[in-house]
Amino acid sequence: MTLSLSNIAKTFPDGTRALLPTDLEVGQGEVLSLLGPSGCGKTTLLRIIAGLERADAGARIAFEGEDVTHLPVERRKIGMVFQSYALFPNMSVRGNIGYGLKMQKLPRAQINARVEEVMALCRLEAFAGRAVTALSGGQRQRVALARAIAPRPRILLLDEPLSALDAALRGQLRDELALLLRQFAITAIFVTHNQDEAMAIADRVAVMREGIVTQTGTPEALYRNPQTAFVARFIGDAMPLSGRITEDQLHLPGGVLALPSAAPGREAYVRAEDIRLDPAGPLKARVETVTFLGTHYRIALSEAAPDTLFALHPGQSAPRPGDTVRLAIAPTAILLLPSEERNT
Amino acid sequence: MTRLTKALPLLVTLLACAFLFVPIVMSVLAGLTVNYFRGLSSGLTLRWVGEVWALYSGSIFLSIQLALACLVVTLILGVPAAYALARRPGRASRVLEEFISLPLAIPGLALALALLQLYGSYQGFRMSWTFILVGHVLYTLPFMVRSVLAVLAAIDLQTLEEGAATLGAGPARRFFDIVVPNAMPGILAGALTVVTLSIGEFNLTWMLHTPHLKTLPVGLADAYASMRLEVASAYTLVFFVMIVPLLMAMQWASARAQRITE
Repeated sequence: MTLSLSNIAKTFPDGTRALLPTDLEVGQGEVLSLLGPSGCGKTTLLRIIAGLERADAGARIAFEGEDVTHLPVERRKIGMVFQSYALFPNMSVRGNIGYGLKMQKLPRAQINARVEEVMALCRLEAFAGRAVTALSGGQRQRVALARAIAPRPRILLLDEPLSALDAALRGQLRDELALLLRQFAITAIFVTHNQDEAMAIADRVAVMREGIVTQTGTPEALYRNPQTAFVARFIGDAMPLSGRITEDQLHLPGGVLALPSAAPGREAYVRAEDIRLDPAGPLKARVETVTFLGTHYRIALSEAAPDTLFALHPGQSAPRPGDTVRLAIAPTAILLLPSEERNT
Repeated sequence: MTRLTKALPLLVTLLACAFLFVPIVMSVLAGLTVNYFRGLSSGLTLRWVGEVWALYSGSIFLSIQLALACLVVTLILGVPAAYALARRPGRASRVLEEFISLPLAIPGLALALALLQLYGSYQGFRMSWTFILVGHVLYTLPFMVRSVLAVLAAIDLQTLEEGAATLGAGPARRFFDIVVPNAMPGILAGALTVVTLSIGEFNLTWMLHTPHLKTLPVGLADAYASMRLEVASAYTLVFFVMIVPLLMAMQWASARAQRITE
């Protein structure tokens, strides 16, 4: 199903503008992630799509062209996975998964068949009769997903579905969830504040900030061509190279860097993986700390730029704290972005 | 010394138990002895219990009927009221909650007087058992509301309901499929409290009753006032047999509800 949103805004009764007028299209079978820091309006947008929250006047939400703006949540035929899962403690795993089908008043045999099918897909057969209170976090998450998907919803909405899990499990379930969403071949919107989750699961990511969608694109596009400093920082942790730009040169405390092109009025950013230790490099820096991370070292460097820079160094050995090193940054690796407030 | 520190609390406990139990045992025994003034040597008998049954079985059935009717009414009024209060946790809800609890703070006699002033002139209603029922509902409703509200406040009701709504459940379905089952421990604890209180209620009922409508405790007062001591004691025994299992069930149910709210 395709989803089109136009002019969706939300002002809370106290006057807070949680969401500024937003337009968004989601294609058939596409998995879109709403990514942003907490308070950016991503959950509000998801809840408006679900029908759990009412958008300000003038909004239009269409499912496959059908206007559902004024349809109550129970008639929108959506599936939703909540952050806390919201499993019904008074029902078994089977009861939870079958609830949506029961609401559709399907014949009993048909409900049972569909419940079995979904349980097999989510590998829950072993827990069918169990109370949901007797399940682990990962199992609950799968029950929540199975329950949402069982009634064949038009769209699947997931609100931070991995955030209630501990870190070790989160990575594993992230890949599992990505695989399941592809199997379901369902249009899905996935809210998260974690860029790794968004990158791993989504076909397309909409980065949100302070109630606005700042940039939408594939994970690769957002990573390689961020349009704003916020996106660059949020996706891939770009660091500012705050210096003076003259023509195609960037003057930093540690030396002068060549830029790919003349960039008046812009700010330069770089990612840790693009900073190389090079004895012939143009930048001089002092090593502050060195952290060994197995595949590489993470080195904190001062004096090259006003802010501390981090470099990922893949070598077999690393300099020691206190050493003076020289750095090279390829001109093409430097992101030139419109300047904005520094405190983001 | 250590023996003394161990023995002393035990002794105190036993004395306290004796203080509580001896009157009960005396009363029960009085109801079973042939002649209380001659003591146990006169022999044991069930004659007085039989007499109580013959004289007051109407009161027993009226009390049961009242308690069950009171339960039905408090369920119908109390559960939705508790739900409404739980859904809107604002200051207005807290004020309303206190307002519902008001009958607890007013002596039953005053409450009864107010009811008599208000409805006393409606003869049909005044003479009917439903008049006493109104008093009982007023008095027991706060217990039902508070008990259900405590359980509902402890669960994330809003998210559970939203979950059900996304699966296609309308408001009525959500109430019966999600709210009621999850509030069940509170409903059960509330129900047992309501039944126990209704059966044991004296103050208010004594003011509201008519000669033809004596509930169990009112009958008890009547028996003490006008019957042999053995009959009145046998009545106490009957009362115990009815109320003690209810009390125990009530303890069990509220302990269960407590576990959920913690």
